[in-house]
Parts: sequence; C-alpha cells; structure tokens
Amino acid sequence: MTINEIQDELIEEFELFGDWMEKYENVIQMGKELPVIDVQYKKEENLIKGCQAKVWLHADYKDGKVLFMADSDAIITKGLVSMVIRVLSNHAPEEIVAADLYFVDRVGLREHLSMTRSNGLLSMIKQMKMYAMAIQSKVKAN
Amino acid sequence: MNTATIIAQEIPDIEKIRRDFPILDTKVNGRPLIYFDNAASTQKPWQVIKAIEHYYTNLNSNVHRGVHYLSQKATDAFEASRRKVASFINAEHDYEVIFTGGTTESINLVAHSFGKQFVKACDTIIISSLEHHSNIVPWQILCEEKNAQLKVIPINEKGELLMDAFKAMLDETVKLVSVNYVSNSLGTINPVREIIELAHSKNIPVMLDAAQAVQHMPVDVQELDVDFLVFSGHKLYGPTGIGVLYGKEKWLNQMPPYQGGGEMIKTVTFEKTTYNELPFKFEAGTPHIEGVICIGAAIDYINEIGLEKIDRYEHELLEYATEKLSEIEGIKFIGTADNKASVVSFNLENIHPYDVGVILDQFGIAVRTGHHCTQPLMDIFAIPGTVRASFAFYNTTVEIDIFVAGVKKAASMLG
Ligand SMILES: Cc1ncc(COP(=O)(O)O)c(C=O)c1O
Repeated sequence: MTINEIQDELIEEFELFGDWMEKYENVIQMGKELPVIDVQYKKEENLIKGCQAKVWLHADYKDGKVLFMADSDAIITKGLVSMVIRVLSNHAPEEIVAADLYFVDRVGLREHLSMTRSNGLLSMIKQMKMYAMAIQSKVKAN
Repeated sequence: MNTATIIAQEIPDIEKIRRDFPILDTKVNGRPLIYFDNAASTQKPWQVIKAIEHYYTNLNSNVHRGVHYLSQKATDAFEASRRKVASFINAEHDYEVIFTGGTTESINLVAHSFGKQFVKACDTIIISSLEHHSNIVPWQILCEEKNAQLKVIPINEKGELLMDAFKAMLDETVKLVSVNYVSNSLGTINPVREIIELAHSKNIPVMLDAAQAVQHMPVDVQELDVDFLVFSGHKLYGPTGIGVLYGKEKWLNQMPPYQGGGEMIKTVTFEKTTYNELPFKFEAGTPHIEGVICIGAAIDYINEIGLEKIDRYEHELLEYATEKLSEIEGIKFIGTADNKASVVSFNLENIHPYDVGVILDQFGIAVRTGHHCTQPLMDIFAIPGTVRASFAFYNTTVEIDIFVAGVKKAASMLG
C-alpha cells in the first residue's frame, strides 16, 4: 500500500468511532499494540526530546526501504507514534520525504501536532523525514 | 455538616464572584470549562479587563515625561498603582516597589545587580530544591560568571525543606538566600519566617519568590523583615508582562542599575551619567504602563474580597480535593507538606501525567502536566512530572467532583 492508501485506511477506521472517548481508547489500544522496541535502541541518541513525553526513534534501511521502530513513555503519544509508523515505515526514502501527513488532522487528532502539546510527535515526524532525506542523499552519492 | 456546606458558608457569593470572570463561561468540547491551572496563570475579572480598556480610552500617554494633561493623568494612575502595591505588601516606602516584566525579570534583576555589587569568587548563594527554573538559572549564570557556588537546601519526602541542613549551610561565604515562599509544583508553604530569622542572625539577606504566595495569603514585607520579594501580575488576577520587585531601600540604593536607558537617569553626558533615584533607577525605558495600572485594579479587586477569606476558602477546596482524590486507587500525591497552598500534584500508578492531562482536557478540565519548570525537583522524586490541579477562589467543590470523576475515567482508560 502507498503512504496515502494507509492514511485513508486509518481515516476510515476512525470514522467508526462515535465520540472522543472511543477514539482515544483506540489510540491507547494502538499504543499498547505497538511492537516493543529493543532496549538497545532506547538510548540517548535515539531520544527525541519533547517537553513532557519521551519518544525514542530507531531507523533501519533495508532493500530500498526505511523501517522505523519507536516507543514512548506516554501511552497516548505511543498510540500516535504507532499510527505514524504504520503510515511511514517500510517505504522508500523519497516517498517518506514527500509524504503529506494529512491523516492526523482528518482523524481529529490535530491538536497533538501543536507546539504547546510538546509531546514529541512533531519532532518525531521531522526526524523521520530527516532520516529518509539523509539516506536519499547517501544513495544518490553512491 | 459536610465539607461542601462549610465551603458554601465561607464564600456565599461564589456565583457572583464567578460572574466577574467572563472566561469561566467558556465551553470546551461542549462542556463547561473547569480551570484548575491557576498556578500557571489566573483568570482576569471584569474589573481588570475594564481597567485595561479604560487606560487606552482615557489615559494613554507616556508617564513621567510630559507636562501635558494626559501624561499627568497617566503618571498619577501609574504612581497610584505603585502605592497600592506598596500597601498590598505593606512596604515601608513606595519607592521600594520596582515594576518589572514579571517574577523572572525581578529575579534576574537582583541576580545581576545584587550579584555585581556583593558577590565575588568563592561566595555562596543558597536556593532550595523546590525552586522554579527562574530561581535557579539566574543564579547559575551569576555563579559561573563570578566563580561562586550555588547550594541547594534539601527536602524530605513530603516536599518540606530540611531546616537543619539549611542552618548548617549558613556560613560566612553565603551572600544571599533566595527561596520560594510557596512551591509552584507541590504547594509547600515554606517556613519563611524561620528562614529569614536564621539568615539574618548571620547578616545574610533573603529574597522570597512570592509568585505563588501573594494571591493566596496576606504578605507583609515589614513583618517578615524580608530583603527582597518578587511576584507576577498574571498570577494575581492581573495582566501578563508586569511584575514586582520589592527591595529594602538600603539594598536597592547600593545596587547598580540593571538596564540603561531613559527614565533611569538624572543627567547624561557622553562622559558620565548619574542615575535617577529609586524606584526609577531600576525602571529603564517606557514601562508597561497599562500593566502597572491594571495590577492596581487587580489588587483592588482582591482586597474587596479579602485575602483572609480567599485563604480560608482555597484551603477548604484543597482539603476537599485531597480527600476526594485519595479515594482513587493507585494515586500518589507528590508533595504532602503539612502546610500547603491550594495545589494538588499527583500521579496515577504506571500512567504518564501527560496522558492524564490529555484525557482531562477532553472533559474540559484544564490542569498542568509535566515538570512545572522544576526539573531538578522532579528528578529528586524520580518522576517525569506530575498532574497538577491548582485552585483559585472562583473554583467550586462541584468542579472538583467533576474533576475527580474525570481522573477516575482517565485511570480506567489508561490503566
Ligand atoms: C514559584 C514561581 N517562580 C517563578 C515563576 C515565574 O514567573 P513568571 O513566568 O511570571 O516570570 C513562576 C511561574 O510559573 C513560579 O510559579
């Protein structure tokens, strides 16, 4: 599936929820289901410092695709992180760089991207794109 | 009689008071806003909002400069406000009240000007474990510059200062003790009288960060015999961007200016400038005139209700909230000092405070989550932060009930 197809799928999933509580319960559930990140990746260099919640991000490049792994100490943030990973992980660097993440807004979680939330989500997305960009230029140079 | 009825007797005019604060009518997600983030900033009554409008529609002009009608009116209102602040904290002289941009600027001013005059290499500044970053970082900057050292009064597990340790720290290298009156993160009311007496017995001056004190209880600088006392307008039902530095005349006179510019000078030639007298020496440039005038309006408003009454009522709210929250399984209060202001800080077992804040926000409940600008304090408790509810006199037990239900719901969703 393309990045946008996954985003559309997520949006459709969220349309099923009647109220904010169901929506957040789903986010929390996704947080709980996010594969546990290996402790070796929960190191200082992988830490994205949001003001409140910590987010760890690890990336690998394999067979032309970027694989992301992440974790957070706050479960709602972890749920949001898991959504972003579902959308961006396992795609070519150029697709990640070009991605427009419209799903966050469309599923009604836009407030989590605002600066004041300082939950590290915004910085994480930026970091993912930077990583993809770095790989892209490395591949080009070779 | 249950707590709620006792409270109803304390402030029988609570509904009237709430009508003074238009923002309390806000709806969040279709629910009435419950504002429990008063330690971060308080809401403003009509009396203050109208005073801002009144200033710009009737008085606006630069102060202390013009001979014209408006400038004199603005200056009169400005200086009347200084007198109100002086009498609010019972300063001996009006000119011991310096207007600044806020608590942060007041502390930076003292760190800079007092530090320049009185602190040298190997000297010591004492702060406490409970301090807000704004009462830590300016001293770190000063100590680095002067090669002086910063010492920190430790706390016990309840979040109370260890006074014996403090006593032992008071040697001849100590040039200033700067501690908060009330902790913004935990609500601890520090034994400031004892702190001042102990420090003074060694001729060491004391500064109190009263940012979380002046809105909760009467503060009398002469009775305390405190050397410096600082606070912010926006936590006192007044505007943002305005703060106060009270300093004893004898200290302020010996301190060099903080910033240079207009207003703070007596005469200027390119060779030499002589400085203006107090308080103007420390008020360079055009001040926040509207802020100054409206902090006066806020003080008028508070005085009308009465700080003793506010103190009693808020204390009832604190006890009520603590009692109700205690019923929640897995709750851990951070800061359980015997003497507390109306701040409740807590965590739910295995739940990040941020998550609790997000859920409460959905219920229209505004609390603060995180480290509250006191990271070293959070490190002592080995937590990333807390959920903090801080109450003002316009809050009610009904709101606390809804809040407690919200916390319970958050616990079940997140647990
Ligand atoms: C105890 C304490 N000190 C200092 C400050 C800083 O105040 P301001 O940001 O108004 O300068 C605060 C505000 O959060 C505070 O609670």
